[in-house]
Amino acid sequence: MRAFSYEKPADPAAAAARAAEVEGAKFLAGGTNLLDLMKLEIETPLHVIDVNGLGLDEISETEEGGLRVGTLVTNTALSADSRIRRDYPLLTRAIAAGATGQLRNKATTGGNLLQRTRCPYFYDTNMPCNKRAPGSGCGALTEGAFSRQLGVIGTSDACIATHPSDMAVAMRALDAVVETVTPAGMTREIPLEEFHLLPGDTPEDETALMPGELITHVRLPAPVGGTQEYHKVRDRASYAFALVSVALVRQADGSGRVALGGVAPKPWRSDAADAELPNGASAVMSVLLDGARPTEENAFKITLAERTLAAMLKEA
Amino acid sequence: MEFNQPVDSNLFDDAKVVGKPMQRIDGPLKVTGTAPYAYERNDAAPDALYGYPLGAAIGHGRITRMDAEAARSAPGVRAVVTTLEVDPLEKGMNNVARLFGGDEVQHYHQAIAVIVADTFEQARAASAMIEVDYEEGTPADLDLDAAFERVQGTGEPDTLVGDVGAAFRDAAQVIDQMYHTPGESHTMMEPHSSTVDWSDGENMTVWTSNQMINWNHQSIATTFGIDQDRIRVESPYVGGGFGAKLWLRADAVLAALGSRAAGVPVKLALPRPMVMNNTTHRSATVQRIRLAANADGHLTGIWHEAAAYCLPGGRGENATAQTPIFYAGDSRRVKNHVVDMPLPETADMRAPGEASGLMALEIAMDEMAEALDMDPVQFRIVNDTQVDPANPDIPFSDRHFVECLERGAEAFGWSERNTTPGGQRDGDWLIGHGVAGAYRGALVLPSGARAILDGGKLIIETDMTDIGTGSYTILAQTAAETMGMDVADVEMRMANSAYPVSSGSGGQFGAPSSTSGVYAACMALREKIAGNLGIDEASFNGGRVTGGDTDMALSEINEEVSAEDAIQWGDFQQGYAMGTFGAHFVEVGVHAYTGETRVRRMLAVCDAGRIINPITARSQVIGGMVMGVGAALSEDMALDRGRGFFANHDMANYEVAVHADIPEQDVIFLDTLDGVATPLKAKGVGELGLCGVAAAIANGVYNATGVRVRDYPLTMDKFIDRLPAI
Ligand SMILES: Cc1cc2nc3c(=O)[nH]c(=O)nc-3n(C[C@H](O)[C@H](O)[C@H](O)COP(=O)(O)OP(=O)(O)OC[C@H]3O[C@@H](n4cnc5c(N)ncnc54)[C@H](O)[C@@H]3O)c2cc1C
Ligand code: SF4
Repeated sequence: MRAFSYEKPADPAAAAARAAEVEGAKFLAGGTNLLDLMKLEIETPLHVIDVNGLGLDEISETEEGGLRVGTLVTNTALSADSRIRRDYPLLTRAIAAGATGQLRNKATTGGNLLQRTRCPYFYDTNMPCNKRAPGSGCGALTEGAFSRQLGVIGTSDACIATHPSDMAVAMRALDAVVETVTPAGMTREIPLEEFHLLPGDTPEDETALMPGELITHVRLPAPVGGTQEYHKVRDRASYAFALVSVALVRQADGSGRVALGGVAPKPWRSDAADAELPNGASAVMSVLLDGARPTEENAFKITLAERTLAAMLKEA
Repeated sequence: MEFNQPVDSNLFDDAKVVGKPMQRIDGPLKVTGTAPYAYERNDAAPDALYGYPLGAAIGHGRITRMDAEAARSAPGVRAVVTTLEVDPLEKGMNNVARLFGGDEVQHYHQAIAVIVADTFEQARAASAMIEVDYEEGTPADLDLDAAFERVQGTGEPDTLVGDVGAAFRDAAQVIDQMYHTPGESHTMMEPHSSTVDWSDGENMTVWTSNQMINWNHQSIATTFGIDQDRIRVESPYVGGGFGAKLWLRADAVLAALGSRAAGVPVKLALPRPMVMNNTTHRSATVQRIRLAANADGHLTGIWHEAAAYCLPGGRGENATAQTPIFYAGDSRRVKNHVVDMPLPETADMRAPGEASGLMALEIAMDEMAEALDMDPVQFRIVNDTQVDPANPDIPFSDRHFVECLERGAEAFGWSERNTTPGGQRDGDWLIGHGVAGAYRGALVLPSGARAILDGGKLIIETDMTDIGTGSYTILAQTAAETMGMDVADVEMRMANSAYPVSSGSGGQFGAPSSTSGVYAACMALREKIAGNLGIDEASFNGGRVTGGDTDMALSEINEEVSAEDAIQWGDFQQGYAMGTFGAHFVEVGVHAYTGETRVRRMLAVCDAGRIINPITARSQVIGGMVMGVGAALSEDMALDRGRGFFANHDMANYEVAVHADIPEQDVIFLDTLDGVATPLKAKGVGELGLCGVAAAIANGVYNATGVRVRDYPLTMDKFIDRLPAI
């Protein structure tokens, strides 16, 4: 870990302003991802702005009948909230499928959306990685490299990493909207669909946030109803990231929404694929995963995604 | 004490303490966090500074330049030692790669520098400031399958009995399949850690986490070319080893070099992401197994050929270890190949050999049972042997494998299982049941101890280690039994090179050997006490010594009495095959859609002679079963074949079983005694619990799905496209 300076700003706008102003600044929320990455010198902020205690830890009801979740609401609090459990059970299920109880007690809503990939080459600073060290090459795409867990769609020749969050997959299916404050003190809304970027030639650019911009809330639109399931597939029963995860909202008429985790650089969903839901898992996946470019090691994820959805559709 | 003939009756026949369930005596220290582990020796080395290692960034090659100037002048840094400043160190016992010194890089994360600083964070930060230039070695062929193809059929067989060719020609059924087991990392909770005081460059004290004090002691002397008398080694508490801590490793070497350079004691723990590639692991194996059987289910031919890799000069993993001896069979051919590969070093891991060998052999047995249309339990029973099949004059000292299978089948409800693969379902889950046999050799090593009677207290000194296994407790029980005293009056002093040399902990030889050593020392003490009191035939009971006219409490003996002895094993044991046996039964669920596999129920039945303490023994066995679940379903060191390193080198990516993976576990110990094995008629169980577990799970997956998977771990990517249609 490199030496860094530290401050606790007075309010969200001040935090954003300072983050844009001070070189190499980074926000600290729960710290469960940032601190690990700092210890390994994958992240080397010069200045850490602690956003805890800025009053962004409430869940409130919106006029449109949804919920507005403060960025500092912990994963535990969010998943346990009675309104979430009643109206957005998909979100509770997805959060509870992630990490561990201890981590979820610390992890925050905004931090979870911004957690970085778990690609093993990203984690080993001896290895090339375009995301960690732009231009150094992709360690996972060389001959004989280990790519079993990595992405199959939305990836590029520069990077095939996945976004590891479970929570974000549910939020994508629920059409969540990220609310921010910019360094200039303006507020902004970014639909989750547009929040995470595909890697293209610049895998180091991961989100639509501008430098210094602070997430303040995540807004959930009015409840969509239906049955809501989250199936996370992994080799061991707990404490592992998804090989594939499927978030499903299904209405009585057979329509609904599907989002996938573990396959792409962002939660993966499309309207066209949703429209195929009445036609079954195979129909959905042939649209949703059209154009997939798996490696030899992770091609199984395509079959796995389809079979996972098939199991859920049968149950739902 | 010479153990020169099988024991008939002795004082353990009416044991009051040995064989009784007893909570471990070091438990309170551990659960209160006060047991002093090697990295936390604030009691012994309160001024120790922090060492941090730097590992090589390439698979193999050489270092052309190192610049540590920035690190040396970084805040808090007291010393930096780079590998280019040190001549290649000598290699200690069974070290295949050099632990430090010189410009050659033999494997990824081989230690190339140590930094000493006032704080851990300063040392770690400075390590990242060292610039290193490399010249990479020529890419190596790391394909073990290709290597197996090359070596298959070459070399003299390790075992060759009868006419294998004829057996396969005339057989009613033949099985001929390839099996793969992956590299496995020990992943014990405590990484390799040491605190070393070599501040004056003269005498060295090493507080380390090591299974074998004496081997470690010798290896440190060899490595640094100094006299063993100048070194003291202590490992009173070891947070797991599984074989990873049998040998001297870089943690102690780097802490010593750092201590000498900085002139202060230094503590150093290998960072978790470095453990997998810096230290040793269990080699992957490729195995071809051919079985021939006649129509009544007798094996007529067993042909097992395997390959593992290691750095030149190493032993790899011998997956054929059990094959010469486990089952009857008229003919057999067994050969293990070790192929040189520039990868991190391979060496022993819990049940080296049998663990990976049985993963394959016990699937093959299941396949043959099916081909013969026989129950897999019955098929194994039919092929039991009471003698070494290659040397029928050599009997097993004590073997109750059949009883393990029968007791297990009954307790598990084996006869009620569904026998049609894919034929049982519980919701989305396909349910299957699997069985496998377990075998692990019963090795013993010489082991010594000193017994001291002092004011009614018995002190036992031995360099034996307790690596979480319960040695403190079973040795105290053995001493108390032999002296006719209360366990509460026994003080165990262990794992210090100042004490008599013991077997150490490994190869499940620790418990049988070290309890025998303590027994020997206590018998010597009894003799001395009796001699001092002038008693011919003394008996020791209830804390008293009686005989002739004497009847006195041991606490009334005022002066300290001390005796030292060691157990030595007579040649007569070579007239026997000695082993431990077991049977594993599991119930698994395989998700019909996703192929996720979860174990629902496990039972082990063990035949390992006298069980010295059913609580600690059970913990060993269920721990082995947990490790077997990991081996079956998730553990896999992911080799980057281009770069020659293991890419998933942390506990997030190398998946050992977690709590949620482990169901109800049952263990049955057969009430057996092996008088050939040791004076206590006991054998080890610590490794037996792992042997065969993975194959039982694989067989259960087959029973659940009808899909035979011969490559571990059984992750869904290997079979999802073969699952029954949905
Ligand atoms: C062992 C382990 C296992 C895990 N398993 C899972 C899993 O199975 N599934 C899963 O989904 N997750 C898993 N996680 C990840 C975990 O969910 C994340 O670490 C956590 O959600 C991050 O939240 P945090 O508040 O601690 O973020 P921090 O570490 O504090 O921050 C993460 C990033 O977000 C930025 N940031 C934080 N808040 C804001 C804000 N308001 N505005 C702008 N930027 C901000 C920080 O600057 C930093 O870059 C696991 C983590 C660990 C360590
Ligand atoms: S896949 Fe992306 S994160 Fe992984 S090594 Fe390549 S560039 Fe880095």
